[in-house]
Amino acid sequence: MKILVAIKRVLDANVPVRIRADGLDVEISGARMSINPFDEVALEEAVRLKECGSASEVLAVALGAAVNQDILRHALALGADRAVQVEAPAGLQPLGVAKLLQAVVAREQPDLVLIGKQAVDDDAGQEGQMLAALLGWPQATFVSALQIENQALQAVREVDGGTETLALPLPAVVTADLRLNEPRFIKLPSLMLARKKPIEALSADALGVDLAPRLSVKALSEPPARGAGRLVADAAELVECLQIEGRRLEIKELS
Amino acid sequence: MSILILAEHDGQALKPATRRVVGAASSWTLPADVLVVGSQAVAREAAQLAGIRQVLHLECDAVPVAEELAPLLVELMHEHSVLLAAHSSLARDVLPRAAALLDVAMIGDAVRITGPASYVRPMYAGRLLAKVDSRDAIQVVTVRAPLFTPVGDAPAVPIQTLPALTGSATTRRIAANQQVSERPQLASARVVVSGGRALGEQFDTLLAPLAETLGAALGATRAAVDAGFAANELQVGQTGIVVAPGIYLAVGLSGAAQHLAGMSDSDVIVAINQDPDAPIFKVADYGLVGNLFETVPAVTRAIRQLQERQA
Ligand SMILES: Cc1cc2nc3c(=O)[nH]c(=O)nc-3n(C[C@H](O)[C@H](O)[C@H](O)COP(=O)(O)OP(=O)(O)OC[C@H]3O[C@@H](n4cnc5c(N)ncnc54)[C@H](O)[C@@H]3O)c2cc1C
Ligand SMILES: Nc1ncnc2c1ncn2[C@@H]1O[C@H](COP(=O)(O)O)[C@@H](O)[C@H]1O
Repeated sequence: MKILVAIKRVLDANVPVRIRADGLDVEISGARMSINPFDEVALEEAVRLKECGSASEVLAVALGAAVNQDILRHALALGADRAVQVEAPAGLQPLGVAKLLQAVVAREQPDLVLIGKQAVDDDAGQEGQMLAALLGWPQATFVSALQIENQALQAVREVDGGTETLALPLPAVVTADLRLNEPRFIKLPSLMLARKKPIEALSADALGVDLAPRLSVKALSEPPARGAGRLVADAAELVECLQIEGRRLEIKELS
Repeated sequence: MSILILAEHDGQALKPATRRVVGAASSWTLPADVLVVGSQAVAREAAQLAGIRQVLHLECDAVPVAEELAPLLVELMHEHSVLLAAHSSLARDVLPRAAALLDVAMIGDAVRITGPASYVRPMYAGRLLAKVDSRDAIQVVTVRAPLFTPVGDAPAVPIQTLPALTGSATTRRIAANQQVSERPQLASARVVVSGGRALGEQFDTLLAPLAETLGAALGATRAAVDAGFAANELQVGQTGIVVAPGIYLAVGLSGAAQHLAGMSDSDVIVAINQDPDAPIFKVADYGLVGNLFETVPAVTRAIRQLQERQA
């Protein structure tokens, strides 16, 4: 079984977000970039499936500018067998990404596409579902546990208020929640080994995909700051304040 | 053209978010139909939502999986121009699938609707707001329900019954595990008491009594959930649930951007933390610097005394 993992290069989740001078995007030049945390989890799961014999090959795919090479090396060090870099213009949108991935799937014929449930930059959370739609494949989103047996998947999904378990045939698309696993720490020998693994370059043009943007960002802004708060001395004073707010908000328990 | 709203329910009753989504629909001046995929009782309840044109009802016991529900939405969109839902796990699963089948973009988690195809939505865990315009003829949109005004009831509108689905999905739901709790639902509670990693094994013993005195729902940080102190479905934040209650009481949590993403629209934020420099104090309206293991029981006691005096 072959697994395709799509990985996105994003501003590291722990660094401050600055708006670019033109106000239309985020300033990433010079900022620390990382593999999207959800994609690292998806990749770790794919590598584990290979290690336990359920999968035979793990392919990592990144779409975007050539600077994606660094995260592809990271993916290879984590255990992917090979990588594909699809060079594409900046400003890809979920539907365009899904169409590009659809074209890569047509070339590579994976049995399973495992991707992050959301990218921590746009927070769209749409890619897996859109790709599954275009491929006509079943989907399991927000997955926190995964099993493969006899060409079928069993996936536990995190849903509002609890969980549910789906059984679905392959090929399928699965999107990973952070709780699916804890990605391993990459050791130096794996990094060395990764240098020898192949990265194939493709171009979005060559894949012949319509990438016309459907959405246009008109402006970015920071949310309005909340007014300065007030420190209280002790529990009694806190409860007084709670009571005042409770009355204002007509909350029965506090009024 | 018109709006199609995907209703949410728990099998028996509409979820409060649906009333807010219907409220959000008034941003367009278009007739709105509500789709109920569920029981007769839910369809009848939906028919009384103020301001809607009609209910489309597909009778079934359990909501079909995305593989089956998305094509239904696509078919219904022949007669509608906006597909609208709350930014819930159901809609996040099925709406992107429907959007791709319709070959249109989806706008997720809109916090404001500023025109017929213009929205404001958060990015980067809510650290930025983006004003986005869509060029598509069909708008597929989820909204951050707590930020929109709910509609009330009105005389019932007609219910149109839809033909049963053919059962074409290859996916089967083999288990569903909904946590039942005496406490209010986290997504719609007026008061939320939320705990972080610092609560440790005492998460429940300390916070449950406080939540009870306040009629509050319990929430948690990802760190508290990952450490096993709190259940999954309590997670508030970028990757958990988004809430905007009247009062959000943040206890022993630092206020990481990913957590703030899920609660910074609360009316009043109250923080208890022993570290005066904790980021949560930057967004808190009231802050108490102190050891939670002493202050939480003290606050609980003080509220109880107050309630006893008033009783
Ligand atoms: C991709 C991604 C997604 C994420 N999604 C989410 C999400 O949805 N929700 C979420 O919450 N997090 C999320 N996180 C994690 C987030 O970044 C933080 O790690 C997490 O919120 C921290 O939880 P915490 O505040 O409980 O713990 P900590 O940051 O460890 O804070 C504990 C706090 O307790 C205080 N404290 C300690 N002892 C006491 C005491 N005795 N009395 C009073 N105060 C005390 C400390 O001063 C500290 O401020 C995500 C992270 C990533 C990378
Ligand atoms: N440019 C990209 N390159 C590779 N994978 C991507 C890209 N954009 C999105 N993805 C994948 O799609 C997932 C969901 O992204 P999104 O729908 O944008 O939140 C991510 O976790 C990635 O696995």
